[in-house]
Amino acid sequence: MSEAARGGPAGARNEYDLTLARPEDIVRRVAVHRARSRRRFRTIFLLTWLVLVGALVIALAQSGKVDPAFIGKWGPFILGGIPVTLFVSVVSIIFAVVFALFGALGRLSGNPTIYAIATLYVSLVRGTPLIVQIIFVYLALPQFGIVLDPLTSGIFALSFNYGAYLTEIFRAGVEAVPRGQREAAAALGMQERSIMRRVILPQAIRIVTPAIGNDFISMTKDSALVSYVTIEEVFWRANNAGTQTFRNFEALMIAAVVYWVMTIVLSFGQERLEKRMAQSDVRV
Amino acid sequence: MDQPVPLSADHHDPFAKPGALTPVGSEPIVRVADLQKFYGDNHVLKGVTLEVYPRETICLIGKSGSGKSTLLRCINFLEEPTVGLIEVDGLRVDADPLRARNRQHQEQIRQIRLRAQMVFQEFNLFPHMKVIDNLIEGPIRVKGVSRDQAIATAENYLAKVGLAEKRDEYPGRLSGGQKQRVAIARALTMEPKVLLFDEPTSALDPTLVGEVINVMEELAHEGATMIVVTHEMAFAREAADRVYFIEGGQFVEVGPPDQVIEDPRDPRTREFLARTFGKAHVPA
Repeated sequence: MSEAARGGPAGARNEYDLTLARPEDIVRRVAVHRARSRRRFRTIFLLTWLVLVGALVIALAQSGKVDPAFIGKWGPFILGGIPVTLFVSVVSIIFAVVFALFGALGRLSGNPTIYAIATLYVSLVRGTPLIVQIIFVYLALPQFGIVLDPLTSGIFALSFNYGAYLTEIFRAGVEAVPRGQREAAAALGMQERSIMRRVILPQAIRIVTPAIGNDFISMTKDSALVSYVTIEEVFWRANNAGTQTFRNFEALMIAAVVYWVMTIVLSFGQERLEKRMAQSDVRV
Repeated sequence: MDQPVPLSADHHDPFAKPGALTPVGSEPIVRVADLQKFYGDNHVLKGVTLEVYPRETICLIGKSGSGKSTLLRCINFLEEPTVGLIEVDGLRVDADPLRARNRQHQEQIRQIRLRAQMVFQEFNLFPHMKVIDNLIEGPIRVKGVSRDQAIATAENYLAKVGLAEKRDEYPGRLSGGQKQRVAIARALTMEPKVLLFDEPTSALDPTLVGEVINVMEELAHEGATMIVVTHEMAFAREAADRVYFIEGGQFVEVGPPDQVIEDPRDPRTREFLARTFGKAHVPA
């Protein structure tokens, strides 16, 4: 018996004609089709980005108003700020998490004084601009004899500020741990402190980890503000190079691209971290 | 029938009540006297008296909302009763809703919980800890048992519920029935005087109920003292020394299972059982 007579693939007229195909062939072809359209989507996405960014670059190069030599001359100097930016961001997010931990415990406290202090902290910090806080720490505190070097004041202001925002996230994270967890720990006879430390917080931290990642990415951008207290990070270097040479466009463009690429890389890393956490997520 | 319920536990002997059957020659290990519970204006428990003797298994049955779970949760103070007293293994704690946060009262409640361990409907295992760590958390943190000793005890009870090989799994990788058996083992590692079960099979897939019931029946036959809120009439018939039918926050009928379940006297009990068993119920 021939293929066509059995209704095999030989009877099909083209790849979309499924009239004579066997079910397992249809399944295989659907899978191939799906994979192909996914690849196509991704290719077009990348091409579109390439075309748009490429067109911008070419237009700028053709305009004659951009000095390509600037990149070679000042690029390394500006890029040298990346470690400083990253250092400030990493250290600040760590201290922010510490501030937030205490802030959240205060916001959850049944003690009215502690609750009031924590609430004042959050309200004060969220109600004033970050740039004011940064300059305040550096320029205003010395009036009271508190003199901090630029790096310390920058990191302190950033982490104090982010800590307030993270406080509310941590509080929500603690409240998101199912009530049964607290009950089970209490029923075992555990005391309030151990319940919090051993049962609630480890689960809350897991819940808020993506939010910490998000804040870290914002932090790398907001860290540009510490240039105002003369920390020589990416933006400070770009700004100085630009004003010295009257080539502000080139300098700021480089800084912008540096921040952009950093956030893309960090977002990518965060996505992978979240995926790994989702896989190992062990919920009851 | 709905007469106002006296709010004082003192003006008559609370134990001189129907339902408090007294076997000769032993002291009750759990006493609940004239227990009342209000949620706001909602009078959930209207004066409940209950005595449980060592090695007894007691089943509390009734519709949802009848107050059976509330009663159980009052026994280890996961709910603070409004009026009444609880005594477990010689430790008597009076309902004291005004001083619920009082340190001394909290410590007494903790001592009650060490004597009366709870198994929850939703298991409430700690998802961030391995099975073995779930089991040793209480003994180490609460009872101050050494780690080696706690692990030995935990492995022993884990084997007892037939899950020795799941020692290093996370709860998220267990089936519902396995989770509940681990939860029972966790309660057992605290070596309590009484086990409280709050609808332990209600969250389970029907095919998984049997494995949990088997463990519970084994415990009952070995002489564990158990108070079980359940809809599993087969378990009540097989393992219970007494069955309490509760409705509207009061005991309506109390007696051995072959009386309460097979030959209910009160029309409310009859109606409940008819609904539970459907038309298939043929009293033996």
